[in-house]
Amino acid sequence: MKRLRDRMEYRPLVSLLVILLLCGIISGGSFFKISVVDGHLYGRLLDILRNGSRYMILAVGMTMVLATGGTDISVGSVMAISGALACSIVDRRILLGLNGNVFAAVVLALGIGAVCGAWNGFLVAKLKVQPIVATLILMTAGRGIAQLIADGKIVTITSDAYYHISGGYIAGLPVPMYIAALMLALALLLTKKTAFGLAVESIGVNADSARLAGIAVEKNLWLIYVFCGVCAALAGLIESAGIKGADCNNCGLMIEMDGILAVAIGGTSLSGGRFSFVSSIIGALVVQTITTMILAFGVAPEVIRVFKALIVIVVCLAQSPAFMSRLKGVLDKKRVVAQG
Amino acid sequence: MAQKELLKMQHIDKQFPGVIALKDVHFSLRAGEIHALLGENGAGKSTLIKVLTGVERMDGGSVQIEDEQVAIRSPLDAQKHGISTVYQEVNLCPHLTVAENIYVGREPLRAGRIDWKEIHRRSRELLKRFDLGIDVTKQLDNYPVAVQQMIAIARAVDVQAKILILDEPTSSLSNTEVQKLFAIMNMLKAQGMGIVFVTHFLDQVYEVTDRITILRDGGYVGTYDTADLPKVELIGKMIGKDPEALDEGSRPSGQTDAGEEYLCLEGVGTDAISDVSLRLRQGEVSGFSGLLGSGRSEIARAIFGADRIHTGKVSVNGKETAIKTPLDAIHADIAFCSENRKKEGIIGDLTIRENIIIALQAKRGLGRAIRYSEAQKLAEHFIKELGIKTPSADQKIKNLSGGNQQKVLLARWLATDPKLLILDEPTRGIDIGAKAEIQKIVKGLAEDGMSCVFISSEMEEMLHCCSRMFVLRDKKIVAELEKDAISEASIMACMVGEGEESV
Amino acid sequence: MKKKFKIDNISLLIAVVLLAAMYVAGARMYERFGSVSTILNLFNDNAYLIVVAVGMTFVLLTGGIDISVASTLAFTGVFSAYLLEKGWPAGIVIPLVLALGILVGCIQGYAIYAFQIAPFLVTLVGQFFMRGMCAVISTVSIPIDNGFYKSAALKKISFVLPSGGRPKLYYYVFVALFVVLAAWYVLRYTRFGRAVYAVGSNEQSAQYMGLDVKAVKIGVYGISGFCAALGGVLFSFYTLAGYSLQNMGLELDAISSAVIGGTLLTGGVGTVSGSLVGVLIQGIIQTIVTYQNLNTWWTKVTFAGILCFFILIQRFAAIRADKKKKG
Repeated sequence: MKRLRDRMEYRPLVSLLVILLLCGIISGGSFFKISVVDGHLYGRLLDILRNGSRYMILAVGMTMVLATGGTDISVGSVMAISGALACSIVDRRILLGLNGNVFAAVVLALGIGAVCGAWNGFLVAKLKVQPIVATLILMTAGRGIAQLIADGKIVTITSDAYYHISGGYIAGLPVPMYIAALMLALALLLTKKTAFGLAVESIGVNADSARLAGIAVEKNLWLIYVFCGVCAALAGLIESAGIKGADCNNCGLMIEMDGILAVAIGGTSLSGGRFSFVSSIIGALVVQTITTMILAFGVAPEVIRVFKALIVIVVCLAQSPAFMSRLKGVLDKKRVVAQG
Repeated sequence: MAQKELLKMQHIDKQFPGVIALKDVHFSLRAGEIHALLGENGAGKSTLIKVLTGVERMDGGSVQIEDEQVAIRSPLDAQKHGISTVYQEVNLCPHLTVAENIYVGREPLRAGRIDWKEIHRRSRELLKRFDLGIDVTKQLDNYPVAVQQMIAIARAVDVQAKILILDEPTSSLSNTEVQKLFAIMNMLKAQGMGIVFVTHFLDQVYEVTDRITILRDGGYVGTYDTADLPKVELIGKMIGKDPEALDEGSRPSGQTDAGEEYLCLEGVGTDAISDVSLRLRQGEVSGFSGLLGSGRSEIARAIFGADRIHTGKVSVNGKETAIKTPLDAIHADIAFCSENRKKEGIIGDLTIRENIIIALQAKRGLGRAIRYSEAQKLAEHFIKELGIKTPSADQKIKNLSGGNQQKVLLARWLATDPKLLILDEPTRGIDIGAKAEIQKIVKGLAEDGMSCVFISSEMEEMLHCCSRMFVLRDKKIVAELEKDAISEASIMACMVGEGEESV
Repeated sequence: MKKKFKIDNISLLIAVVLLAAMYVAGARMYERFGSVSTILNLFNDNAYLIVVAVGMTFVLLTGGIDISVASTLAFTGVFSAYLLEKGWPAGIVIPLVLALGILVGCIQGYAIYAFQIAPFLVTLVGQFFMRGMCAVISTVSIPIDNGFYKSAALKKISFVLPSGGRPKLYYYVFVALFVVLAAWYVLRYTRFGRAVYAVGSNEQSAQYMGLDVKAVKIGVYGISGFCAALGGVLFSFYTLAGYSLQNMGLELDAISSAVIGGTLLTGGVGTVSGSLVGVLIQGIIQTIVTYQNLNTWWTKVTFAGILCFFILIQRFAAIRADKKKKG
């Protein structure tokens, strides 16, 4: 088996540890403090795990999309749709026959996520529209659809069962963590036990070759976008449960960048190819840790975007062979000058 | 003759990752000469031209134009130095009009704005010299490739360059068009232009060129006056063998009687071909012979389901079978190596092991992954069996040389245990050793009872490998030759349009 | 051959017919819809979008995409509002923000060309960066109280019609119309403009033909950045405020306008006049939605639907063209 250093998870893991260490030093150790209240664990680290679960789930879905060389920027809107649908059902605004059944609401929300994903997949795989444009359609229209479902209002709900999705605890740990772990396990099962992972990677590296090697490119692409849609819907449920309602304008707003960011930090090439879910999860934790850290310093949440944009720039440049070879050229020149 | 040296390239080196493309190559061009640049596929002609035109940067060496040291960093630079090029594949913009394709980037201006009337007038005049009376205001992609090629040549000629490079310009042209081109080349030559002419057609070399430079395996063989170099010697220098040794082994082998019919096409048509009928038997190597664009690759693609079949019937093993996708073909025990190894063959970032098992995995279904141990065993087996040179099966396939990549692709298909194996240009751009090995493997497979289809533009290779030959012209099969009827002369005759009687 | 010519423009033709049909339908459904006023208001309300769509057209023509325009537009608004509040004169603020727009665009173009990073990724980063910078300046809306802006917001030509209506056309609309004309001229009559088409049609060929691909790529993103900034200036005339969350999703409006107007997403084909038609279609949907008293989100949903329709047309046209070439 490969040594740790050669694995895809190595670099993101090191960056996560470095950032955590930095946080620890800056906060004088209070960052790592974990307390037990009512049998539940509390602390900054737990916050990161709980709040980061949305990113983790999105990153799992986004990983495969990016590994095929595509992208899905509609995830934020899908989150809004799923949240709006679930909350509207729980609040007995629509589908009154369900009588506010939380379980049915969740299932339907995930279903609509799958439908959204299928729509994206249809445009990308079947009609061969560039992924960015295809998902841009749903990105804009999706928020509108969410508004229409919620009838243009912010839906607030009172349902302890629903709150539990975000705020609950099982065995002292927050529920969203379990959901994220479940999705990771599902994704790993899907790609390691079957040859789905090989198909995804081969499509990402060279779709034409993959097709001629007998891989059903369209079908697999379709599946990947559906999976991404379901992940987004799940993240939407957690977010709406967290704020105890559906805010169609702000739910998952611009979160697609965080998803892409997490995957990119995880080391999956944004032009397609090798991927690792575990790496992406670590990437998501890095994103969340940075967010938590910056918020802890009292910086306005909107400003975090600038930092994230800067990180993506660094990651993108590091992934660009053209840039790296140029950088190498400059460094070599400097070395020559220094020696001469 | 003390002609002026227009261009002098010396000690040119160029490496690509894992491949030495050019090694200490020289080339010189005089004003008022037509200079042939020859060599087999993969000899380095295209790379040399790309270096000269600034598409690729050389790693070492010097380029002088009219005794002045120059650095050519981009096609724009090359143009500024008076170098004008027509590339092998038409490099024009399909959405622009014919006239624009000739003048884009150097449009005549009047009062600071593009003078469209002038562009159209001048284009019409220019194309008249080529006897092309087409509507220059129409979009380029309305016209067939041959016309596009002529337009590309017209553009290159009109730039008023000192040096004109023609990289296989004649492959898509008809005989009359070639003659027109030669007339224009001779006229430009008389005006003092230096012309570099790359071609596969040796007759054309003797028809128009003054000197010949030969490359082999990225190295420089020599420069000769055309008149002093007999054709046999020329070929010998190109392939690096004595002329006498050439005949050896170029007879079709596999003289054993062919087995049962495996695949039968009846009136098959796709977007690219129409009404093709043929039968492929087990235990023999069949060749699809024809010029580029004759339909040889298109038939192969149709059989494999890479292109959609609209009409006709496909029978596998006597049973009518619908092949709609490559996966259908794989299930029918058909395998296909595309001519475009890089774009439609290798999956560059994946390992050799993954590249080998992928088709087998697809055949078995994606539901259950082939276990690591089985995959590794399979990979090791083929690495040994086919002599793939690699430290381990974990290497990325893109790091292998062309010949070894091709062997991995062969392994990919052999792993699926096919009954029909179609190889489209399997030896293009790979070194001679690997080439011979691949030919040997194919013949061996046929002897073991597999049905093989071999497609190559190199006549010699075809003669060497195939015991049955389908000759194609204009997207149709015009002849089917067998065993002793196969010869260079008979195939050529069918290709140019004689000898249909043998169908 | 005549037929092929038609296929390329069929998208634009349908768009024009659609625009006319919607206008006629609106005029029949609502009493005051079919007036000159409605038409002029389409321009009054969408001047900024016209400018942004023109810039986007340049980028799409090269086969690229720029999704940073909405953020650049918002940043322009917030930054100029901030500077004006500090007492800077409009004569300095406007050139400054326009220059910033060009700079942002050129940097993105450079990254796309030199480092070969996908355009959507680069401009996505740009989008976030500029939005973030808005928030750095101010997270609340800054009102603009500058004399020049105020007069620009109000100066207009009023017509008096015999039928009784008083349609008006604001001065800033002429800026937008001027941009359309200038872009049309550049694309049709300058070497740069033709090189834009050539690069979009086949980048490698364009390079081999000796065109300056680098200049084209950096140029179009620069133009797009400039147009976004100019759109931002016009928008601040329109609203007299700068707000960091302004015009979320405007990039889609600009892209769809261009696509509906016949610009191919794969590059090489398209016109600015088409993009203008696209913007007007969107404007007319908005007007109808307002008349119908519907949730404003219907505009977005409808428009996305129409965009899908036109993408389908493009796909089928491409498939047909492909077949023709092979056959």
